Amino acid sequence: MLEIRDVHKTFNAGTINEKKALTGVNLTLNDGDFVTVIGGNGAGKSTLLNMITGVYPVDKGSIILDGTDITKLPEHKRAKFLGRVFQDPMTGTSGGMQIDENLAIAARRGKFRSLLPGVTKKEREEFKTLLKKLDLGLENRLSSKVGLLSGGQRQAVTLLMASMQNPKLLLLDEHTAALDPQTAAKVLALTEEIVSESKITTLMITHNMKDAIRLGNRLIMMNNGQIIYDISGEEKKNLKVSDLMELFAKASSGEFANDRMLLS
Amino acid sequence: MINFLSSLPTPVAQGMIWGVMAIGVFVTFKVLELSDLTVDGSFATGGAVFVVLTTGGMNIYLSMLISFVAGCVAGFVTGIFHTKFGIPAILSGILTQLALYSVNLRIMGGKANTAISWRNFDLLVSSRTDVIYETILVCVIFIAVLIAVLYWFFGTELGHSIRSTGCNAAMSRANGINTNTCKVLGLVLSNGIVALAGALLSQFQGFADVNMGRGAIVIGLAAVIIGEVAFGKIFRNFALKLVSVVLGAIIYYIVITIVLKLGLRTDDLKLFSALVVGLFLGIPYWKSKVHFNKKEKKEVKADA
Repeated sequence: MLEIRDVHKTFNAGTINEKKALTGVNLTLNDGDFVTVIGGNGAGKSTLLNMITGVYPVDKGSIILDGTDITKLPEHKRAKFLGRVFQDPMTGTSGGMQIDENLAIAARRGKFRSLLPGVTKKEREEFKTLLKKLDLGLENRLSSKVGLLSGGQRQAVTLLMASMQNPKLLLLDEHTAALDPQTAAKVLALTEEIVSESKITTLMITHNMKDAIRLGNRLIMMNNGQIIYDISGEEKKNLKVSDLMELFAKASSGEFANDRMLLS
Repeated sequence: MINFLSSLPTPVAQGMIWGVMAIGVFVTFKVLELSDLTVDGSFATGGAVFVVLTTGGMNIYLSMLISFVAGCVAGFVTGIFHTKFGIPAILSGILTQLALYSVNLRIMGGKANTAISWRNFDLLVSSRTDVIYETILVCVIFIAVLIAVLYWFFGTELGHSIRSTGCNAAMSRANGINTNTCKVLGLVLSNGIVALAGALLSQFQGFADVNMGRGAIVIGLAAVIIGEVAFGKIFRNFALKLVSVVLGAIIYYIVITIVLKLGLRTDDLKLFSALVVGLFLGIPYWKSKVHFNKKEKKEVKADA
């Protein structure tokens, strides 16, 4: 369903700060895949996601989603097919707007925005039921500014927004990394619930190896702008953190995994 | 004192007209979080278009509508500079503003100043003291309608996407909003309102002048900030925020009247305005610093 063909991306090409972020990435996702992505800092994980979402243009290669070439489509047009949750909880929602207004904006993703009401009464009722599932008491605070919510609450709302409108692909960029462990676990549980319920094809970047092994049906490891391992099925189920560490050490030729990975 | 009170209606009316302008500034400065300097030019454009069309025989309401459209076009040009040419918003506005100086002169047939008299035309507002209360009434109605329309508009799907663009552009794009289009739309709307205010002021003072918009952005910002500082705690609803902008403009003009009465020379007025606005813009920044320090000291004490 998603096909990434030989994608290259270099930042600040030709300058002293030149950074080859992606050097020929090939990846094919199947319908319903839940893929976890790991790799050290600067391995190209986030760049890969940003290429799919169209934050920056690709230098070379193509990205094909469900048979349509989206390589040259601007970011806001691709949004129709994609649900996104960012690492920074502030990024996924408009802090100055109300909870219901944020949800309503997501509910209109990929649709023409006219002069009809921004939120209808009927929608507010639907949002209440949706928010109730989060069990955070937000269903009674529809008119609160999102800026008043905690990081975890904002991330939960973003997750709801990302899964609205049945996206073809859900992209999670270390979406629990900025949360405290307890909240992170809650948001992660919610992620599992949403993904298994709606069977959205999902790509999740994480720094937590245990999560990377426990969640999903497939795991890919990136290093130096390339995918170096792609493990799925039974093989993935039997993986241990120590196996991943070993693979990682081998790949980075002696350089050891960074501290964040060791600690988690 | 009585002398002062009897002179109040004029600055109130003046403040309301500039309050309309300030609502336009609010749309860019607060909703879109852009600083748009086009307004100095589009304000005069509104006045020039209105006076030329009305003296040429057009119905005043139609003239005002066309003034509004002319302002929209000015905002559109700034929007294109900003989104298609990648020029920072503030510089895009300066470019359009400069260009408008020439355009405004052309509109007025090369003259820097064109008069319009209430004797020959049935104008909506006027600074004449015998009709000042009618003028205030007209302004109140005008502002009420404007605020109602904006309140409705920013509650629509399109209005939501403009607000969201100003609030969080990354989130907006992730949710399929074309943030560039929204920025252009916001600039168009804002400058349309500003030009409408220019059309009102030209009626009020009885002429349009190529320099009538000089420093308009400063007055607009003054109104927005005074309104926020004075009423921010009580007026949280969007419509009430717009009301506070207009009240801010009225306060600004009352203060100006007072300082002029106290002996400030009119020549020094712009210097005074700039300093006052600078001061008010600084207040939130200083406040945040002071609060931080206090908190820190308390925490240090608690530790000890």
